[in-house]
Formats: sequence, structure tokens, C-alpha cells
Amino acid sequence: MASIKLDNLGKIYPGGSRAVGGVKLDIADGEFIVLVGPSGCGKSTLLRMVAGLESITEGEVRIGDRVVNKVEPADRDIAMVFQNYALYPHMSVRQNLAYGLKNRRTPKAEITRRVDEAAAILQIGPFLDRKPRALSGGQRQRVAMGRAIVREPAAFLFDEPLSNLDAKLRVAMRLEIKDLQKRLRTTSIYVTHDQLEAMTLADRLVVLNAGQVEQIGTPLDVYRRPASTFVAGFIGSPAMNLIPARAVPHLPGSAHAAVIGIRPEDLVPDPDGPIEMQVGAIEELGAQRLVHGKVNGADVTIALPSHGELSDRLRLNAAPEALHRFDDKSGKRLD
Amino acid sequence: MIENRPGLNILAHLVLILGVVLVALPVWVAFVASTRSATDFMSGTVPMWPGPHLVENYARMLDSGVSTSGTPPVARMMFNSLVMALSIAIGKIAISILSAFAIVYFRFPLRGLAFWCIFVTLMLPVEVRIVPTFQVVAGLGLLNSYAGLSVPLIASATATFLFRQVFLTMPDELVEAARIDGAGPMKFFRDILLPLSRTNMAALFVILFIYGWNQYLWPLLITTDAQYYTIVAGIKRMADAVDGLPQWHLVMATAVLAMLPPVAVVIGMQKLFVKGLVETEK
Amino acid sequence: MKRTIFSNQLLPWLLLAPQLAITFIFFLWPAGQAIRQSFLREDAFGINTSFVGLANFRALLDSPEYLESVKVTAVFAVSVTVVSMGVALLLAVAVDRMLKSARVYTTLLVWPYAVAPAVAGILWWFIFNPTIGIMPYVLDVIGYDWNHVSSKTDAMILVVIASAWKQISYNFLFFVAGLQAIPASMREAAAIDGAGPVRRFFDITFPLLSPTTFFLLVINIVYAMFETFGVIDATTEGGPARATNIMVYKVYFDGFVGQNIGSSAAQSVVLMLLVITLTIIQFRWVEKKVEY
Repeated sequence: MASIKLDNLGKIYPGGSRAVGGVKLDIADGEFIVLVGPSGCGKSTLLRMVAGLESITEGEVRIGDRVVNKVEPADRDIAMVFQNYALYPHMSVRQNLAYGLKNRRTPKAEITRRVDEAAAILQIGPFLDRKPRALSGGQRQRVAMGRAIVREPAAFLFDEPLSNLDAKLRVAMRLEIKDLQKRLRTTSIYVTHDQLEAMTLADRLVVLNAGQVEQIGTPLDVYRRPASTFVAGFIGSPAMNLIPARAVPHLPGSAHAAVIGIRPEDLVPDPDGPIEMQVGAIEELGAQRLVHGKVNGADVTIALPSHGELSDRLRLNAAPEALHRFDDKSGKRLD
Repeated sequence: MIENRPGLNILAHLVLILGVVLVALPVWVAFVASTRSATDFMSGTVPMWPGPHLVENYARMLDSGVSTSGTPPVARMMFNSLVMALSIAIGKIAISILSAFAIVYFRFPLRGLAFWCIFVTLMLPVEVRIVPTFQVVAGLGLLNSYAGLSVPLIASATATFLFRQVFLTMPDELVEAARIDGAGPMKFFRDILLPLSRTNMAALFVILFIYGWNQYLWPLLITTDAQYYTIVAGIKRMADAVDGLPQWHLVMATAVLAMLPPVAVVIGMQKLFVKGLVETEK
Repeated sequence: MKRTIFSNQLLPWLLLAPQLAITFIFFLWPAGQAIRQSFLREDAFGINTSFVGLANFRALLDSPEYLESVKVTAVFAVSVTVVSMGVALLLAVAVDRMLKSARVYTTLLVWPYAVAPAVAGILWWFIFNPTIGIMPYVLDVIGYDWNHVSSKTDAMILVVIASAWKQISYNFLFFVAGLQAIPASMREAAAIDGAGPVRRFFDITFPLLSPTTFFLLVINIVYAMFETFGVIDATTEGGPARATNIMVYKVYFDGFVGQNIGSSAAQSVVLMLLVITLTIIQFRWVEKKVEY
């Protein structure tokens, strides 16, 4: 268990292109941090820099009190769970779990103890003598986590571990990972492109875009007060409406801001409301209804309950606290 | 990559450079020797750098050859090799692609038998049936002919298997669409299958050309008329006769010439070459 | 299996005709002849041939020359395989570490495949020539007197080197492909698990390379036994004193030079059985694919 500190971390490739820049993050001992962002935003690169699989060109990584920039991955006291599990196919599950400990000359009795304990926690006891190819995706996933657990490291690093699983399994495994981390209280850094996964797992989120940190905060913080149009549009599904201010001149604050953000569920029908929407397409989702349309030429989506009639024109209103104001050029939040 | 161990990287470079030197050594030595004159070898020390006789030696070999060895000018031999290599490569590709087409896209009685007959050729390299095959070729009057040099070698199974693999992975929808478009089997073959097989044919051509050019035992056996000698088979005859009178510079020039076309093909078409190698071994 | 086919019945036979014809005339018929001839023996004048059953085969087993040839072939095949696979693996592992220069090195290492075995033989024969070759010159410095015309060991070493030299490129290409098929994440996981480069090679890389290794093993043995005729003929011609008389060479020698058709045919049959066995092994192995 240890805290991790990323101090102005950055990476520039030899060709000159920048993968990651200016990342400042203090991770408390036992915290579950999620790095989230679209493909190519640098989140995996950042994780691999912490692991020691990518070199660091700027800044420092500290694990505990140690600066580990130049330390080999094996000596950083971290364990990693890969997207494709990276289980050794020619070794049994037990051997896979024991491999890291064997290389560190852990005594046999201790290895057995840790392997059995991990197997119990993850319920992979029955598979210990099988080879990875005889296991299902979810089982292999657990073995990959088991390999990390037996090491009892200072931190777990997860690189999109659930991406290769089908949707149902993903939801189930998500809860298991969260539960596991709470139990073991190991500091964890988790990378995903799925904002829902990020929201449900994180103690705190780090939203990345093109190598830069857009926002760091708890899931609810980031949801309620996105720091930029990027975060606003990325977190939350269906996505927040980002409307040019001139299309909604009657809303408070639209005179000073360039972009107004309103979540689809925050636009409510109001016969006297200031916003008039032309209804275009309707998606019935069962639990709710997504109505797409235009407000003064701007594309808007609202979420309504699934019952009731719908006319061509809707009058809508939004509570003042549900409005987010953003600057046009920088995309940053105003207020 | 993973760790930063510059020491290992330097070691890797050293190993590779050593490997390249080892691999290039014989050719370098041959090239050097081919640019020297006969007297350079009598002194007892070995020349390591090229000499001034490059054009002279090569011209002589191409033109008149080494008369004492009974071999024709090298140019003639290279021509024979070229004809043989091209015949084998093109011939093999042609009949194999037709056979593969028949086996994959048709159902007929004894199809399995036909397949096995072809398969069996994999297990019968010429070295294993030398004498009887020679007798057959002699009986057909094909000794000392281009046909005799190439035809017996064009029926082996590797090319057929390659094309069979390729055809099996072609989507069925292609045939169905062709049917709907009113195309019969040969039209389908010519208009759809062939164009899609182009890269494989090219890759195979590289491999087969090398195979054909480098044939040794077979040309050695069936050509007694010097006019039909191929360069690879002919080189031994030259080296033999040469032992009494050291004309190594000429033999080495011939060796370099013998290597040139296939090596040029491999280097010039490396991607296709690698593809051909990998595909034929599946 | 293909589900869409054409229904013509005559056309396929026409398409197959060329290959089947050549296969029959130049492969199956001679093979059958070889089997037939292996049961025959000509008398001293070459006038009468009589059926002698398995006598030719028994004669082979009794012949010290033949058994010697088998031994020579075994030594030769194993040496060529070990040398060319070992060197190729080393080079492949080295190239695997390279990012930028990999292409260049590969081109520089791949071209010997294009050289005919016979030409390879001549080249190395020249290098090792007792009077004008550079190797004997170098070896002389350390006190070794090289002469492959008189020394059996030297002759064997020469043909092994010439044969292996050519095959290194082939093995190299396949090893490189095999190494690239190992996911990087597996080696990274091993690195995080505390395994250094050497340990990673023996615990992870080499075991995962085993399909490629076995495949190449069979290919190399087949190569050494059957495709090296040119090397032997262009250099030692089976000598000195039959020290490099591999089985394939003996078939040729006995059949064409010695004119002993029956014995040569019997040897051909033995070789045929060997090839069949090796081919079956090869196909069995190709079916056993390791999944990641």
C-alpha cells in the first residue's frame, strides 16, 4: 500500500510528437483512480509510464516516497492487469500465479499460501491446475487479477481489463473489481475508455484528452460541474447538450457565455417555458424516451418518460442550477 | 521497449553484424577471386580485395567459357537456366491453379483420389526416384531438351496446396454473385478468381523461379549435350576440370553469375518472397 | 468446406488433366518402377534380371557401406540442423530487439536462400581450399592443418558448413515470424513479474516458440537429407573414402555410376519410406497449433 504522486509528468516521442503533458496528480494510499478518455488520449501511455513500460521524458513519478523514473518495472512494487490478460499459455493457472513470486525467491510455503488465498478470494480454486486456454474470458480475467493480488504490491495498474468481455460479463466483473479493491484497499490506477465504467468504479476520475488532463474529481463532481465542454460532452449518457448561446437567448447567463450546457434530463416540458423545440426523431428506449430536435437551429436532445403524447413543438424550461456555461474558444467552464 | 539495457542492445547489434559478415563472406571471397588473374593464386597468399580484372574475366566467361572443361560460354548456360526456371515457375503455377480450382470448386467422383495422387508427390522428391524417372524421360526422348529439363519438375503439390488454401478462404458469396450474374465456371475463374490470386501468384513465382534456377541433380542427369547445360549444374564441371590448372578466378566469376539472378529476385521482391515462403509452408 | 460449387462433371477432369498426367508419368510411374526394380537383380552381364524378393533389402542391411552411409547421413543431418537452427535463432532473437534497423538486417540475412546448394558448396570449397583458401590460412595460424581432401572430419565439417550456411536464412525468417507472434504484453507481464531478459527467454519466449521450432526441425532434417545433393556432388563427391556419402548421394552413385539398379532402387524405396514418415510427422505438427 502506498500513495502515488505524478509530478508534471510528460512524454514526448523521439519524432517530436507529444503523447502526454503536464500531468499533476496526487493519489492517496488505497484510492481507486480511473484514467478515462477517448482512444489516443494518452491514458494507456500514462499508465505504462507509471509501470515503467514507457520511458518518462518530463516530470517525476513517486511510489511511496521513492522517485521511480529510472527504476525497472519489476522493482517498482506494482502489479499490472493487461487488456488481453497476458497469461502464460504453457503454464497452469497455479504456475501463472506463482511465477512472479518464484522470480523473487519467495519461500515455497509463502507462495502456496498466497496463491491459495488469492484463489479463494477470486473463486478460481477449481481451475488451479488447468491451462489458460481451458478457461472462459471471465475466468482468465480473474486469473490475471489473481496474478496481481499474490504479489501484494504497493499499487494495482489496470489497462482496460474488461474491454474484451461481453457487455453482461463486463457489468458483473466491474462490481467484482470494485468490491475487491475495497477489501484489499490497494492503491489502484485503472484505465478505460468507457465513461460508465469510470463513473461506477472511481473514487476519483482523471479525464484526459489529447495527452492533457481536462479535469480531476470525484464522479459526481465531474458530472455536476464539468470543467470544459470536452468533459461535459464525454461524461454522462446520453451526452449533455452543448448549445450555442445565441440559440437560447432567454436563458440566464447566455449573454456572457458562448456555449450553454444542459443535460437531456434537465430540460423539462413547461407550457410557459422560454425554449421552443421542433421535434425531429424519437427513440423509444423503454425506460425513457429520447427526443431529438432543434431549438433555433441548434441540435438538442431531451429525455422524457416514455408515456404520453408528443406534439411537433415542445416548450421547455430548465432550472438555473442545471445550466452550465462555457467559453467558446477555450471550452472552459465559466463560473 | 521494456527495460533500458543498452549493453544488451549493443550485444545484439554485434551478433547481427557478425551474422551478416558470416553470411556475406563466401560471396565476398568469390567476388574478389573473380576479379583477379590466374597468377594471383599461385603466390600462396590469398587476395582479400578485388583486383582489376573484373570486366575482363566476366566478359571472357560469358563469351567463350573455359574450353578445357567442356562447358559452353556462360551466357549460353545462363540462357538455358533462364528458360528452365521460367518454364518451371510458369508451368507450375498454371497447372496448379487449374488443379486447385477443380478440387475446390467442383464435386465429382474420385475427387478424393485425385487429391491424394497430387498429395503423394510431396513425398517423392526427385532424389528419391532418380533412376526410374531418368529412364522414363530417356524413353520419351526428352533428354537434352528444354522440355525434359522442366516438365518433370512442374507437377509437385506445394503450389496446388497453396492455391487450394487461398481458394478455400475466398468468400462463397463470390461464386453465388457470379452465378446470379450468369457467369459459368471458367468465366468465374478468369474474371474473379485469377485477379484475386495475383499476389499469391507473384509470391509463388519468386519461390519457384529460385527453385527452378537452382536445380542441380536433374539437369546434371539429363543433359549430356553441352549446349543444354545449365549454369548451376555446369559450374561443377568447370570446377572439376579446373583443379589441375587453377583457373579459380573464372570459376568464381561463374559462381557469382550463377547467384546473381535469384539473389536479385529475392532482394528486389523481398516482401513477395517472404510471403511466398510462409504461405507454402502452411 | 465450400458450400457453393459448380455442377459440371467433365470440366474438373479437364482442369486436372495436366497435373495428373505429369504426376502419373513422372512421379507415380517411376516410383512404382523403383519399387518393382527393388525386387529385381541383374546378373553380371546385365542380360537377365530375376526376381529376388527382399534380397536387395537384406543386402543393404548386411552391407557395411550402406550402414555407414546411414550413419553419415544421421551425423550430417543432425549437425546441419543444429548449426543452422542455432545460428538462426540467435540472429532472430537479436533482430527482435531492433526497431529501426530490423528491416535492413533482415534483407542482409535473407538472400542466401537464393543460392543453389551446389553453388554454396563451391564457394565454401574455395574458402577451405587447402592451397589457396583463406580458412586454412587462418587455421594454420592456430596450428590446425586443414585438408578436406584427405581428412574425413574436415570433409564432413565442410559440407555441414556449406549446407547450414544456406539454410540459416530460411530458419531465420521463420523464427522472426514466430517471435513476432508472441504478444508484447506477455513479455511485459513477465518483466513485471521480475524476470530479466535471459529468464524471460527461457521461461516464456522459447516455450512459446516451440511450434515453430518443431516445424523447422522437420523441415531442416528433410532439407539436410534430400536437398543437399548439390553440395556433396559439387565438393566431396561422397568422399574421401565415403566419409560424406549421404544416402541420397549413394542412391545416385550406385544407380548411375555403379549401374547397380536393384540396390539403388531398394535404397530409393527406403528413402521414400523415410520421407513419408517425416511428411506425416510434419502434417501432424502443423495441426497442433498453440493458442494464446
